[in-house]
Amino acid sequence: MRIEIPELALVALVGGTSSGKTTFARKYFRATEILSSDFFRALICDDENSQDVSGDAFDLLYAAAEKRLQHGKLTVIDATNLQQSARKRTLDLAKAQNVHSAAIVLNLPEKILRERNQTRTDRDIPDRVIRKHCEDVRRSVKYLKKEGFRFVYVLKSPEEIENLEIVRTKLWSDKKEDHGALDVIGDIHGCARELELLLAKLGYSEKDGIYQHPEGRRVAFLGDFCDRGNQNVRVLQIVMAMVKSGNAFAVTGNHDAKLVKYLKGKKVAITHGFDQTIQELNAESETFRQEVRDFLDGLISHYVFDDGKLVIAHAGLKQEYIGRGSGRVRKFCLYGETTGETDEYGLPVRLNWAADYRGRATIIYGHVAQKEVQSLNGTHCIDTGCVFGGKLTAYRYPEQEFVSVNALETYCESVKPLDADQEKMKEIGDLLTIQDYQGKLYLQTGLLANIQIQENQLAAALEIMSRFAADPHWLIYLPPTMSPCATSEQEAYLEYPLEAFEYYQKKKIRHLVCEQKHMGSRAVMILCRNPETAKTRFGVDDGTRGIIYTRTGRRFFDTLEIESKLLDRLDNVLTKKGFWKDFQTDWVCLDTELMPWSEKAKALLKNQYAPVGNAGKQSLSAAVKILEQVQARTGQGAEILESYREKENAISGYIRAYQEYCWDVQTTEDFRIAPFHILAAENQVFSEKSHLWHMETIRKYMTGIDPIFMATPYKIVDTEDESSIRDAVNWWLELTAKGGEGMVVKPEYFTAWKESELLQPAVKCRGREYLRIIYGAEYLHPEYLMRLKKRSLHKKRTLALKEFSLGIEALQRFVRHEPLYKIHECVFGVLAFESEPVDPRL
Amino acid sequence: MILTITYEGSHTQDLGYLLYKHPDKIQSFALSYGKAWVCYPEVSDQRTTVALILDLNPIELARGKLGSKDGGLFDYVNDRPYVASSFMSTAITRIFGTAMTGRCDARQELADSALHLTACVHMLQDNHNQDLAKEIFEPLGYTVRTERILLDETFPEWGESPYINLIISGAVRLSDLLKHLYVLIPVFDRNKHYYVSEDEIDKLLSHGEGWLSDHPAREKIIYRYLSQKKSYAHKAISRFEELEEAENPEITEKQEIPESPKKSLNQLRMERVLEEVLKSGASSVIDLGCGECRLTSLLLDQPQIKKITACDVSVRELEKAAKRLHYDRMPEYRKKKLTLMQASLTYQDQRFAGFDCACVVEVIEHIEKLRIPAFERILFEFAQPRTVILTTPNREYNTNYEFLNDQLRHEDHRFEWTREEFQAWTVHVCEKFHYTCEIAGIGEADPVTGTPTQIGVFQKCE
Repeated sequence: MRIEIPELALVALVGGTSSGKTTFARKYFRATEILSSDFFRALICDDENSQDVSGDAFDLLYAAAEKRLQHGKLTVIDATNLQQSARKRTLDLAKAQNVHSAAIVLNLPEKILRERNQTRTDRDIPDRVIRKHCEDVRRSVKYLKKEGFRFVYVLKSPEEIENLEIVRTKLWSDKKEDHGALDVIGDIHGCARELELLLAKLGYSEKDGIYQHPEGRRVAFLGDFCDRGNQNVRVLQIVMAMVKSGNAFAVTGNHDAKLVKYLKGKKVAITHGFDQTIQELNAESETFRQEVRDFLDGLISHYVFDDGKLVIAHAGLKQEYIGRGSGRVRKFCLYGETTGETDEYGLPVRLNWAADYRGRATIIYGHVAQKEVQSLNGTHCIDTGCVFGGKLTAYRYPEQEFVSVNALETYCESVKPLDADQEKMKEIGDLLTIQDYQGKLYLQTGLLANIQIQENQLAAALEIMSRFAADPHWLIYLPPTMSPCATSEQEAYLEYPLEAFEYYQKKKIRHLVCEQKHMGSRAVMILCRNPETAKTRFGVDDGTRGIIYTRTGRRFFDTLEIESKLLDRLDNVLTKKGFWKDFQTDWVCLDTELMPWSEKAKALLKNQYAPVGNAGKQSLSAAVKILEQVQARTGQGAEILESYREKENAISGYIRAYQEYCWDVQTTEDFRIAPFHILAAENQVFSEKSHLWHMETIRKYMTGIDPIFMATPYKIVDTEDESSIRDAVNWWLELTAKGGEGMVVKPEYFTAWKESELLQPAVKCRGREYLRIIYGAEYLHPEYLMRLKKRSLHKKRTLALKEFSLGIEALQRFVRHEPLYKIHECVFGVLAFESEPVDPRL
Repeated sequence: MILTITYEGSHTQDLGYLLYKHPDKIQSFALSYGKAWVCYPEVSDQRTTVALILDLNPIELARGKLGSKDGGLFDYVNDRPYVASSFMSTAITRIFGTAMTGRCDARQELADSALHLTACVHMLQDNHNQDLAKEIFEPLGYTVRTERILLDETFPEWGESPYINLIISGAVRLSDLLKHLYVLIPVFDRNKHYYVSEDEIDKLLSHGEGWLSDHPAREKIIYRYLSQKKSYAHKAISRFEELEEAENPEITEKQEIPESPKKSLNQLRMERVLEEVLKSGASSVIDLGCGECRLTSLLLDQPQIKKITACDVSVRELEKAAKRLHYDRMPEYRKKKLTLMQASLTYQDQRFAGFDCACVVEVIEHIEKLRIPAFERILFEFAQPRTVILTTPNREYNTNYEFLNDQLRHEDHRFEWTREEFQAWTVHVCEKFHYTCEIAGIGEADPVTGTPTQIGVFQKCE
């Protein structure tokens, strides 16, 4: 015997004691698929026969079953299931989880059971119980279908049980193996002319009465083929021909379901343009009407394509309903969800399922006509109201493009203006939801998979984001932390370029780019050509057209005035240099260093750096004076005096070091901005370009017009050429001798790999004098330096990679027009990692 | 870190006997975080100066001692090696310990006499508190002089240095001078290098004996010396009083640290908000931005309130709040009423829904102005409590706080509203989200500038 059950189902075994349920289950199902009541009884009280704990045991069993079904796993309940009340629980769960239910009954002759019972040693069951069970089974069989089991199979002999074949069938909606390409077309409502125009625009042409695509693309129709428009039959003909010939898929819409009902002779309300359809159909043959009826009746509620990446349904689909089959799922697909209230137009108020949608699949749906495509959280409503004089829209997959043709006329006036809710979706998508950033996050990025972020890290990030960060719409990137090079082997240096080169050399990277490290503050600049772009592309509607923010996502300047002046200056430069045109973009995101340091670090300077210098200078020169007097008087203490003179020099060096990075800012003229990465623009993230490209493009497009924008001096190093290395070292020595912070050593390309290992995007090598403001004035004292050289970079480097991957991922998601919450989770992740306690001096 | 003591008079070389340190030698001492030297830059019959120079190891301060697993106490870039702090006090007891007790086997008479002594403490942090030095040392009979320079001559706009060179002179016993310095240096620089435990009270009492109890700034000295730990300060003060009582039994009246008869603004605010909550008839309340849960703890005592959720964006604040409320020892019934959770006012949160009343007490001014629209929607559009009680400072009133110098009341305030601005905002909210609002003031009203705090009580339109 061969029986079929859906691959996702809740299966109840029905059978009396000694009927061999457990053996049966083990033979035909995976051990983890079977939830046995005996097992759960034993789990609770060590005795699988204890009836006292049955209640608790079933509670546990059903809790486990629920979890399995939520995860889309077939589950078998191994219990007697002889009473209707017991089976009801199974049915309720299947219903709640929107999965099919199946009952497999082991209805064996009483005689066999009695024989088996006699040979059993583990429990002693009286024959009357066996007889009673057999009666129960026989009675149950009659009711199972009626109770609601979708599939019922009764096995009557040991032979049948032995020779059974169970086939697991896929759901009709499962087209995961179909990878496209597809053109999803929204609600047509009898607009045949527009449909044909759209098909033509998409590259389909009619051959033998069937629209086909030369590259084998297929259409997926979202249903609602008829009503309101004036060529309903023609639409049906086109659609049916395409579906039947395999050139299209179609899901059913609410209007289609109604038509089926009508064609089956049931009474339906002749409203919403139904009369036009009936009129047209009545002019057709009975055969055609039957064909239509059977076709529409056979349509299913939704399809899942391409490994679950694309889902289509007429009115959309909640995440937990995808790939499920139940009346409720079907109803949702047809009608969506409403509150039961009506709005001022007399239309039902809809619950916005898309607002809560967090699935990975893109969902394309229609049903609610609106002027423009409504996108939210990876769902797109493409019913653009063709029949109401709007347009007919298709979504091209995997291209992720929308293609439309305008309605040739208004066939029907919409009760509600098509743009009435236009802003609503945007408003909903505008607000971030805290539940997306609590608990534990696993993020997938293009560069690194499975980036795990812990609860406490998220909690710390939430505080920083909430208290300080700018409007999240702007935060499409946060810069990663950067590790220093390994500690130098040179005696008088903590950091020296050779170790930086060596890191990449060992990873088989031949060409490196050394960029001068400007001592300012990291600043991410986003500039839109106009506030309109800020609104449409970024969703920022406060009149600003860009932002300058710090590495933690906080606005760089307390006043918008300075920010907008600097952005205006950048715009002036980019416009004059033709950047906008050459890059075909209306916005740009830059990674920059903004100077002077004192502008952002004023508080730090005044409260920590300057006082230390001040106190150090005063007290050390006083000590030197005292020790000079002592030496003059007693001739003793030369050594101590010398050490104090050294300290005095050290503190002077320290003061010089920080002073180097401070200057007074009166106007925007006094700022210096050195962009070093062009991160992204419309349709492009520049993370595949070489750093040479970044340096040269920045020089070309951003410098020479306004002195506040400066190019970054850099040197290319060939790690296989000794003289090239020497050159770079000397360059670094020169830079740092002049008080420079040092340099950043990067692999030739923005993202560098050694086989499958992602390499540090950059390592810094800081100057000897500069490091005084990091490790203290006296750090070069041989004894101190020796201790400082023992430092571990591992954690810093791991974080740098994770943050780098997340930053690039955020940009990519933004460029791909992914929902705000998806972009935000990446920058949130960067901030979360930045909350990790790492030695802040690295 | 330098301390010098100059003895003027005749036979001043005897300072060497008093300190047990030979004037013609440089002596070095090992200390826990570095070394110290004692030397004499000038020695003559009329005038002898001793210098105590501390040389702290900055790497040990930052990293902890070599081989130990504990981290350091301070940042690498820090003033500790250069300023006078508790390290100096520790060095004084360690190196001049005997002199401090007043014992001098060779010159006991001299040790018992008031001498003309001048002490110079280099780089003592007073944080621009100009009068502190005089307030602390003049009552002890010293002539006080201070030297202060610019923080950084290259950047005069950064202002003056937070450190002074303190020079005090007077006729005083050496042991008393040392004790004064021992206790009073940490009164200036309160960043102690060791954990302040109750032992500190004993140290204070013993070194302060005989001079501290009559000092007019006694409370201040005790409080600052004990690293601002209120409970220790109270204990120290009562022990001083016990001592006094024992000496003069007729004095019985206790002198407590006077408590202001007027209620604090914060108290008034809490009482008013509580009153409004009760008046609204709410039985469930969400305290948005609960901080240390002052309001929540009041609400917990109200039988009318059956459910309270207190949230803050700072996990640290919540931990403090839990401690303050004794959350882990709270009786079941009380605990059941209360939920403490981390939440943000700029992220939509389904846990905010379903409360009768939301309190937003002194919170909105901590939100970036451009983020206020998000906050509005989260509270009034999605959470939609029947009543919202919101308080915020009245900026106009700030003119009554001279010390503010036209600045905002708190570093973290992003703005403070005038009465007109607050009203305009409430009108905007009411129109957009269908609420009504009544505005009032909290605190003593100034005829021109109004009350220090503004309160708006919003009611959802039915």
